[in-house]
Amino acid sequence: MISLKLPVSEEEVRKLKVGDEVSLNGIMVLGRDNAHAWMYEEKPNEIRNLLKGTVIYHCGPVVKKVDDEWIFVAAGPTTSIREEPYQGDVLKEYDLRAVIGKGGMGDKTLAALKEHGAVYLHAIGGTAALLAKAVVKVHDVLKLEEFGIPEAMWVIEVKDFPTVVTMDSHGQSLHQVIKGKSNIVADKLISG
Amino acid sequence: MKFEIDEKKLHDAVVELIRRASTQLPADVISAMEKGRDSEEPGSPAQSVLKLMLENAQMAREDETPICQDTGTNIYYVTVPVGVSLRKVEKVIVEATKTATEKAYLRPNMVDSISGKNTGDNSGVMSPFIHFEEWDEPQINMQLALKGGGSENVSAQYKLPDNKLKAGRNFDGVYKCVIDAVNKAQGLGCAPGIIGLGIGGDRAIGMLIAKKQIFRNIDDTNPDSEMAKLEEKLYKDLNKLGIGPMGFGGNTTVLGVKVGAAHRLPASFFVSIAYMCWADRHATLNYSTEEVSYD
Repeated sequence: MISLKLPVSEEEVRKLKVGDEVSLNGIMVLGRDNAHAWMYEEKPNEIRNLLKGTVIYHCGPVVKKVDDEWIFVAAGPTTSIREEPYQGDVLKEYDLRAVIGKGGMGDKTLAALKEHGAVYLHAIGGTAALLAKAVVKVHDVLKLEEFGIPEAMWVIEVKDFPTVVTMDSHGQSLHQVIKGKSNIVADKLISG
Repeated sequence: MKFEIDEKKLHDAVVELIRRASTQLPADVISAMEKGRDSEEPGSPAQSVLKLMLENAQMAREDETPICQDTGTNIYYVTVPVGVSLRKVEKVIVEATKTATEKAYLRPNMVDSISGKNTGDNSGVMSPFIHFEEWDEPQINMQLALKGGGSENVSAQYKLPDNKLKAGRNFDGVYKCVIDAVNKAQGLGCAPGIIGLGIGGDRAIGMLIAKKQIFRNIDDTNPDSEMAKLEEKLYKDLNKLGIGPMGFGGNTTVLGVKVGAAHRLPASFFVSIAYMCWADRHATLNYSTEEVSYD
């Protein structure tokens, strides 16, 4: 298990390869469909410092407010491919070093990871109780009123947040490999 | 005996039903995943993913927190005694949904499709989705499934014949559609999935039948021998695809395949595939005047 402290440098991220298990520590930001459209279309300046060198996590959490403080109750990854039209540009625009999500992403993002020096980290879909335990503190939340709880940009501090590299900065994607193999089996089964 | 609804009692019972569905993975799903875990190569990513999923399920049950943050579309199949007001039951379910959202058993999911605004309490047009039927028993049977967006997005509907798949208007054609849909889904629907298959009907009925299969016990056998054979063949062949848990590769791509059918028009032959994620959250409430029970 490789432990990474956020924010992280390009050099450190370039060392990571598909299959590496990575545990994250520090501050990350949640963002999904509305947030990506916002970053892509309006390029807001107020989040630049926040995002520089860190990670954007595709997640819409279940949260609870206890004594004026937000608590993460459940926080697994959402399907990343929905952000494919935006992700590559958002990565470069905001100088992000990693994306966390599930299911992997497409060619455009893979090319951006290589060019910019970033990785796609896979969290286990549905393991929301377990991942919420890695969230030690909610620091802030942006666009809550406008986007709603699942879509807001939550700024969280994590400790030992577990992920696996499934797309790296060298053009490798586990998702492409598995799909290539399963396509061959499916073709055989279908053509009987 | 006259059947009476105590609205407060039913409300609390539905909140408890939602809590159970959201936080407790059914025993048959857990044992299917354990079987999957034991079939994977020791130390493989597939095995460690399944281990984490099982650990998460246990943690959610103990802490009474949602197994998955996407508490999904809430789908109810409700059977009521003769003469029960459906509007009354519906109202209770909507209120219980709001309460369960406040208690963080459900994420506030429902978004107005026109304005884009989240209602904040899971209420909305057709939300939660309730399908009513009537029976002669003096009790209400209420089944609830929570189906997340990832799995819904990879669910699919085909129309036979399908030229691209060379799938004809027969059982073999149906088989080909399912292989194609699960292969296209890869890990995106949170594999290993449970496949609900609806053969025939119109587009809406076909999907309704498919989704209803999600409530079946993974270990049951279809009473129709043709459909039972198809379930077995699909289960075996889908697990040859090598997609594995979360699409990381492995032997465990689906946990079960369940098939149902409805009559169709001569001109239409729909194949509806409801992909349910491994977090196959569902629970049942039995409500009578004397007793409330869950299974």
